[in-house]
Amino acid sequence: MSELTVGRTRPKARKIVRRDGSHALAHTVLIIGSIIMIFPFAWQIIMSLSTNSQVMSIPPTFWPGDLQWKNFADVFTVMPFMSQFWVSITITVVRVLGQVVLCSMAGYAFARMRFSFKGVVLGLILAILMVPSQVFLIPQYQIVQNLGWLNTSAGIIAPGIFSAFGTFMMRQFFLGLPLELEEAARLDGCNPFQTFWRIMLPLAKPGLSALAIITVLWSWNDLLWPLVVTTYAQNMPLSAGLATLQGQNATNYPVLMAASLLASAPVLILFLAMQRRVIDGIAFSGMK
Amino acid sequence: MSLNTVAKAGAPGRAPAGRRASRLGRSNPDGIWPVVFVLPLFLGVAVFYLFPIIQTAYFSFTTWGVFGGSTFTGLENYSKLATDPQVGRALLNTLIYTVVVLAGVPIAVGLASLVNRPGLRFSKTYRTMFFLPYVAMPVAISMVWRMIYNGDFGVLNYFLSLFGILGPHWVSTDGLALISVALLGLWISIGFNMIILSAGLKGIPVELYEAASIDGASRFRQFRQITVPLLTPSIFFVMVITIINGFQLFDLLYTLLGTTNPAMARSQSLVYLFYNESFIQNDKGYGAAIAILVLVLVGIFTAVQFRFQRRWVNYV
Repeated sequence: MSELTVGRTRPKARKIVRRDGSHALAHTVLIIGSIIMIFPFAWQIIMSLSTNSQVMSIPPTFWPGDLQWKNFADVFTVMPFMSQFWVSITITVVRVLGQVVLCSMAGYAFARMRFSFKGVVLGLILAILMVPSQVFLIPQYQIVQNLGWLNTSAGIIAPGIFSAFGTFMMRQFFLGLPLELEEAARLDGCNPFQTFWRIMLPLAKPGLSALAIITVLWSWNDLLWPLVVTTYAQNMPLSAGLATLQGQNATNYPVLMAASLLASAPVLILFLAMQRRVIDGIAFSGMK
Repeated sequence: MSLNTVAKAGAPGRAPAGRRASRLGRSNPDGIWPVVFVLPLFLGVAVFYLFPIIQTAYFSFTTWGVFGGSTFTGLENYSKLATDPQVGRALLNTLIYTVVVLAGVPIAVGLASLVNRPGLRFSKTYRTMFFLPYVAMPVAISMVWRMIYNGDFGVLNYFLSLFGILGPHWVSTDGLALISVALLGLWISIGFNMIILSAGLKGIPVELYEAASIDGASRFRQFRQITVPLLTPSIFFVMVITIINGFQLFDLLYTLLGTTNPAMARSQSLVYLFYNESFIQNDKGYGAAIAILVLVLVGIFTAVQFRFQRRWVNYV
């Protein structure tokens, strides 16, 4: 959008800069690049609608003729798709809600409140950002085990509700909001919670949506942690479920493709429906 | 878009000087509220992240019995670490993977500058398509690439055969398997890098290009002498992220190669080795030592990068 507005508000500038030649070369490169990006998805769809012998044919069958919709029905018999789908939905929703609440509150306090040891506490939280996730994994596993939460959604969810990254991101966002509104609210007699809840949180919606989007993507797609805390297929989210299915059922290719398509479809649809927000959210998280 | 400006405005995180209360007396003017706001998060962070760092460090000096229980064995895990050929191999593999994915950064710089040309049509459509691999589930996408890479009937080898090239068994050949994983990682990373770099490109003033254009500088020269130098902070950021993510290689390897792949033993990454030792072999003490090794390595790499950035990154 921004480059369009730039183009529109600066017609003269554009004429000067862009008189030389067209964008033909740019389009050629970008179209070739786009084909490389899109082809695997198209191929996934085609394979998911083919027979197994078509998938294994040489040369490849680029159009299966009879579309094998049955492959999608078979997904539900080769794996507990629905229960895995619900695990994925549950862990994602709870983690997003948890992070939005906890990170926005803590982020606000770090951005605006004054309290003892603020620097130390913030420093400890930021230090986590530098630590690779494997360092936490064994103790996290033990905690979940001791709570009796192995093979439960609660166990998958637990560590991921608390996010150092989300807290830092929300802090940066609140720092960027104008101080005047808050001071006015305080003068009007709002306590810190009311100021946060009524004034600042509504202003923080872009930051919150960025946080929510990043959390959805991470939670839906994450593999290592769910693989560690679940052993039974019906308790796994789709990511771990798919990986396990591939290990057990490695030769029924069209059904594997149908399953992978169904498993990643929700986030892909979400992305296509809210592209601008997702891209802005990722860009924002990158800027920090 | 407004997000970017806000983020920038917020970057220098300093409270106004006048607001700093004196250390004694009124040091907590917000009363109990900061505790209410921070404590829930901090408790969780302490339990699930801070304390585990110490625990893992401790575990790395212990050996775990088959039936649970662990004994302090000092540096035993670390001496095993130093002599285990798997570790050197996994470290080398992790580095190779990271280097290949880093090769995608210049590609992303070029593509981002093309997509962000003023007045380019379909630029949003292009951006969407390039970003799609980053959004898709890595497990699902690796399963598709496993089919594409298949040595017998994969479509990649079919395309190569059109040029008279006999394609190899990509994911089951030692050495090549890791490169196949890295190319997949590169393919996924392009879209993300483009988004970050595009945000950086938008910060470059149009006037610079106008002036260069009037002076008769070609587009390529503008790219080399305006775009790239002014984009170095974003390029640096993208490289740091790529290296950190490179050290985390697991999902793509696990799914593209599969645990029973004969090429896995020579293609595994540090994180895969960690997972295998800790949770499959159940040698959590040794796993903890591997985790600490990764921590130290990531720390060194990040420090080195920040040290050398002054040589080539231009902060305006």
